Amino acid sequence: MTRLIRLINPINRYSTIMLYVVIVFLWASICLYLLLGGADFGAGIVELLVRRKHKLRVRTIMSHAIGPIWEANHMWLIIAIVILFVGFPAIYTTMSIYMHIPLVAMLLGIMARGTAFVFRSYDAVADEWQRVYTSIYTWSSVITPFFLGIIAAATVARTIDVEANDFIAAYVNSWLSWFGVAIGVFTTSICGYLAATYAIGAVENEYDCTLMIHLARRFIYLVVGSGALVFLSASLSDIPLIEWIFGDFIGRAAIFLATVSLILTFIAFKKRRAIAARILAGFQVTMILLAATYQHYPELVLFKNGGGLSLIEHAGNAKTVTSLAWALLLGSVFILPFLFHLMRVFSKRSPYP
Amino acid sequence: MFAKLVTLSIFKQPTVYIMDDFIAARSQMAVSLGFHIIFACVGMVMPFFMAISHFIYLKTGNAIYKGLTKAWSKGVAILFATGAVSGTMLSFELGLLWPTFMEHAGPIFGMPFSLEGTAFFIEAIALGFFLYGWDRLKPWFHWVTGLIVGLSGLASGILVVAANAWMNSPAGFDFVDGQYLNVDPIQAMFNDAWFSQALHMTIAAFVATGFAVSGIHALMILKQRNVIFHTTAFRITALSACVAALLQPVSGDISAKDVAQRQPAKLAAMEAHFETEANASFVIGGIPDEDKKTVKHAIKIPGLLSFLAHGDPEKPVTGLNDIPKEHWPPVAITHYAFQLMIGLGMLLVVLALIYFAALFTRKKWLDSKWLLRLFVIATPMGYIALEAGWVVTEVGRQPWIIYGIMRTADAVTPMPGIVYSFYLFTAVFISLSAIVVFLLYRQMTMVGRLYDTTDPAYQSN
Ligand code: HDD
Ligand code: HEM
Ligand code: HEM
Repeated sequence: MTRLIRLINPINRYSTIMLYVVIVFLWASICLYLLLGGADFGAGIVELLVRRKHKLRVRTIMSHAIGPIWEANHMWLIIAIVILFVGFPAIYTTMSIYMHIPLVAMLLGIMARGTAFVFRSYDAVADEWQRVYTSIYTWSSVITPFFLGIIAAATVARTIDVEANDFIAAYVNSWLSWFGVAIGVFTTSICGYLAATYAIGAVENEYDCTLMIHLARRFIYLVVGSGALVFLSASLSDIPLIEWIFGDFIGRAAIFLATVSLILTFIAFKKRRAIAARILAGFQVTMILLAATYQHYPELVLFKNGGGLSLIEHAGNAKTVTSLAWALLLGSVFILPFLFHLMRVFSKRSPYP
Repeated sequence: MFAKLVTLSIFKQPTVYIMDDFIAARSQMAVSLGFHIIFACVGMVMPFFMAISHFIYLKTGNAIYKGLTKAWSKGVAILFATGAVSGTMLSFELGLLWPTFMEHAGPIFGMPFSLEGTAFFIEAIALGFFLYGWDRLKPWFHWVTGLIVGLSGLASGILVVAANAWMNSPAGFDFVDGQYLNVDPIQAMFNDAWFSQALHMTIAAFVATGFAVSGIHALMILKQRNVIFHTTAFRITALSACVAALLQPVSGDISAKDVAQRQPAKLAAMEAHFETEANASFVIGGIPDEDKKTVKHAIKIPGLLSFLAHGDPEKPVTGLNDIPKEHWPPVAITHYAFQLMIGLGMLLVVLALIYFAALFTRKKWLDSKWLLRLFVIATPMGYIALEAGWVVTEVGRQPWIIYGIMRTADAVTPMPGIVYSFYLFTAVFISLSAIVVFLLYRQMTMVGRLYDTTDPAYQSN
């Protein structure tokens, strides 16, 4: 806890508080992107992995669930990026330089997925092109969160070598590692889990409900299995992950709560409580993100040579951060009520246009 | 700063290699922005056309207008998604290609970008309501959500242009010994260039989208397909396009006076104007020769440039010769692009005048084929002018990325191999454009079946 407040210095208390407002927004937008954008990617992942005879059902259920809100779900990524480049330019530029290749892969995935999803819903003629859109859409739904995971892992894996002189050392080894791959798979499974659980609330009949619950259970096993891989690969690459996560009260509490709520999720599945399952799944993922980010906070990027970039020391100048905080606060006054209304109106079941 | 050190330590590549990557980075930026801007303009303008048509439907209950609104909204959904993903791409690309620029510029010109984030968000939410809200929302609330899509699209366009204007006219900080001190993001946003650029850009979006859409509907009328439907669409779009076309030269004149003030090198390159002189002449056409410092085969109108730049034919206009050669932008590209923009702008003004004549005095022209043909010919003109205008602004700013402060060459990423990324993204953008055109074509062929209630093939769904 002391870490959270130690930098509130009485002399410039106002600008420090504003810096924290910005950090909270940054964390919240990453978390919301993981939850909502993640559920979006998950829709494609579930569709790719499910058996052929269920594909069409899954596709219909998922389109009902995410159609109206998918565009808004991806805005959280933009918000996070804008916060980074306005408020923490050194972090944004360093990531842009060393993560160039996975970022490009992720961007290609985002472009392919977003366009293929819209093309397949809005193509006026339904013919073989649907198959092309679908395979682009489903594969890019898998690739994008995988690279997101790789990028997230690389920020803390101490693989970024700012002294490197050759191409491979500077731009490839900076992100390519088994730990990264494991986190990539883990992130992808989480997305699938979120989507399957989210969709339970959007089904029309008993049969679909059973199908989605069955799928959601499968994804839980995938999440737990790939989570184990994460720990395994971390210990093989000398990343003190166990210590990071369990070394602190907040980390232990987060993991404990996530585990308890996982058990509750199974009960919710059994009792067919769709909304409860949604909330629990979202809660688990939030706790996992908290445990993963809390320990090295305020450092966001760690370097091979032991250095790093911190949200406190590498923040932009006070005036910019303060105006950014106000822009975010004002923005949320406009956005949030509108967004909740959107989600409420369209979470009620009704015919697809 | 930290990343600065990083940059230096990796910068030890052979010079030739860096040059190649540098050109590739610039070209990739240009291609991405040139692609994005098309969809961005559609996102700014089409919601207003839909709102007009939707309004008439709600007032009169005429089903044609409902069909038109729906038909447009399907097209817009496709284009909007393409705009959104290419925009997402851009917000990363600024860092991927120009990290040194973003490291310093981010905190200064970030204000419009953060407000823009809000505007995008509202736009995306409102679009969700609008597209999926038929039969689910109260009719007038539904209409308002459509209008909000347009207003927030317009706001984001204006904000992002304010960020670009800052690159042309840096403000809101003190540049002392390579340090960016006393940053004031609000002052940076309201820099000297923002108003003229935002005004000109907004009108340009209406010109470009208006003529593009009305041209397509004109073509359909000529082909005798769903004539009433397409005539309705044509009336709405052609009128807006023509009003905007008449406003465009007025706002262009404001821009030119502004450029003359803040970026004399750009103005000189636009006009291939080498000698500083009073009563400077306006150059039409011609082939600029940077080595001999002359323009061949040009038509010159004495005094007009002085008048356009300063409002007084006797005032001198700075020529390139008074500017150190290493600060010259590429003269030929800037000059040709400027000529192209003005030429097309003038053609569109003529077309607009003809259309107004038809509306007010020569009613029977409205039913003539030649008028529709003219609109078909004008379909791409607005967009070509718009792209040309951006080339003027961006190439004319070279060699600076932040005018007078930071050179573009110093801003580029240290990572080698950008050439491949340029090829890759160019291929992606080309394929995306091809698919979008294909999809819009399919939308058009289905108008009778899906949207035109007067068509015998119409099936309500
Ligand atoms: C439909 C498109 C279109 C048309 C018909 C015109 N323009 Fe334009 N012009 C643009 C679209 C555009 C643009 C793409 O929107 C630019 C690029 C940056 C900007 O702010 O607007 C631009 C830039 C631009 C600039 C440079 C501004 C700067 O660097 O800050 C000048 C001086 C003009 N224009 C002047 C004119 C004049 C005198 C026109 C007379 C007909 C004209 N434009 C027609
Ligand atoms: C807010 C809006 C914009 C920003 C922040 C921006 C930023 C940049 C940056 C960072 C570069 C690279 C450095 C340079 O070569 O100057 C660039 C280049 C370029 N941009 Fe823009 N730009 C904006 C709008 C546009 C638009 C809408 C176009 C549309 C076509 C455009 C066309 C170009 C071109 C042609 C270049 C290459 C310049 C050259 O090759 O000399 N820009 N822009
Ligand atoms: C003058 C140049 C530009 C104009 C006029 C413009 C305008 C717009 C508009 C109106 C949209 C709404 C989406 C749509 O309707 O298709 C949009 C989308 C977007 N733009 Fe641009 N833009 C420009 C350049 C840029 C630049 C340089 C960036 C990057 C920093 C950028 C980032 C984005 C993003 C992230 C989106 C997606 C937002 C969404 O999902 O709705 N734009 N742009």
